[in-house]
Amino acid sequence: MTVEASRSKTSRLFRTISPPLILLVALLGLWQFSVWWFDLKPFLVPSPVRVARAAVATFDKLAAATKVSAAAALSGFAASLVTGVVIAFFFSQSRLIRISCYPYAIFLQTVPIVAIAPLVINWFGSGFRSIVIITFVISLFPIITSTTTGMTAVDPQLLDLFRLNRASRWQTWLKLRLPNAVPHLITGARTSSGLSVVGALVGEYFAGFGVNDYGLGFLIGRNTSQMRTDELFAAVIASTLLGITIFGAVSIVGAFILNRWYDAK
Amino acid sequence: MPESPLIIARQIGMSYGDASPSLANIDLSIGRGEFVSIVGPSGCGKSTLLKLIAGLRTATTGELTINGVAPEDSPTRAAFVFQEPNLLPWRTVAGNIRLPLELDASNKSLAKAGSDVLIKETIRRIGLVPEDASKRPAELSGGMRMRVSLARALVTDPQIMLLDEPFAALDDILRQQLNEELQQLWWDKRWTGLFVTHNVSEAVFLSQRVLVMSRSPGRILESIEVPFAFPRSPDLRAEPEFARLTGLVSTHLRRAATGAGNTTTATAEGTA
Repeated sequence: MTVEASRSKTSRLFRTISPPLILLVALLGLWQFSVWWFDLKPFLVPSPVRVARAAVATFDKLAAATKVSAAAALSGFAASLVTGVVIAFFFSQSRLIRISCYPYAIFLQTVPIVAIAPLVINWFGSGFRSIVIITFVISLFPIITSTTTGMTAVDPQLLDLFRLNRASRWQTWLKLRLPNAVPHLITGARTSSGLSVVGALVGEYFAGFGVNDYGLGFLIGRNTSQMRTDELFAAVIASTLLGITIFGAVSIVGAFILNRWYDAK
Repeated sequence: MPESPLIIARQIGMSYGDASPSLANIDLSIGRGEFVSIVGPSGCGKSTLLKLIAGLRTATTGELTINGVAPEDSPTRAAFVFQEPNLLPWRTVAGNIRLPLELDASNKSLAKAGSDVLIKETIRRIGLVPEDASKRPAELSGGMRMRVSLARALVTDPQIMLLDEPFAALDDILRQQLNEELQQLWWDKRWTGLFVTHNVSEAVFLSQRVLVMSRSPGRILESIEVPFAFPRSPDLRAEPEFARLTGLVSTHLRRAATGAGNTTTATAEGTA
């Protein structure tokens, strides 16, 4: 890469990043000013400075909880990814299977997770396993729908081409339907990755677990009940950062796959 | 009628469900190694006819045979080139061309004989350079993609080539160039070619015979012999006889489109 090209890339990156950063600084300033101007009580709305102090003071606790939540979110997300592709494989095999099973797949999407979470905890006990199951349930549907769409929405002429070359059902799936579904799977995975953090937090909120072994959902619940609003804000910000990190990582991996392997320009 | 017919259709018809038939009473005889173009109004069933011959659809009436056997049971190797190149975007040029060798067990002998050599040779034959082998379809121009689609069809050394408006989306200069190359590919191997097109000049330039189909339900209204010797030079397009033949086909095509066609057989000599 030439020096000019490198400079141009840096300048483009700066132009992309600077507007939201400037807006963030402005909003933080407005928040700090409002707390001071309206004399808002810290247990109602803590100032950004107070939240930052709380985050620093409880950093170890926050980091440990973030790690637990990340483990639950990633485990549930990975399970939904594998299971979703397997279910999509069966859905893509026959229209009858699809129309028979699809309404039950929609159940996963429509049933409120806050209604399922206590049930899962009743069945599987309070702990990491239940949280992963709740995360899995909330993350599964986007993978199933997007991957099934990718496996079934294949150009009919390509299916004719495979038939003409006497391709077996397995060859058609492996060499046509599965690769055709990759961009759809990536779109579904991006949605699911965001939902997996929500699932982990909701699960932890209900399931809690161990005194020294808890996630951000549990921390949010405890800080709310104890009116530690500054620590609550810090936990919410940590949750947001966790969600952005997982979503961003999945997006980067997806873009890498599309550019290098699929080459869908 | 050709002396040694490879493809024979007797009174074949095709309907999709309860819809009105898309093809009716098609009688057809295509000789081994013959190159025939099919022209007709949009929606007259030209592509359906090709799919029937490929064994991708089954005629609802009549009898269709390839070398005496129903197309779906025929061991005769057929290749299909679609209007769109329909390349797999996740595969390289070489990977796309190799696809039929991977899929069809009967092509395994071809694959074993050295698929890399075969693919390199096919890439050269269709006018691409060896460096193109590792490119993805997204890196190719429209003309190059169509060449790869042709290569994918040719790699299995087919006995029948079914071409469904393969050059329709290309500009005229490129279309003419690819016509000349396709003619050379056919002349080299003498597979049996069926070429669907809306372009009369293209049909006359490439073919030994042009079939004109009626509007839906498609019937064959005319079979026009094209007597020019092969290989044909690009200069042929400037010949008065070429212009007269394209005019003749166009006239029949207009009649077919307006429903004023008849079922007589015209030849270049017999119609002025």
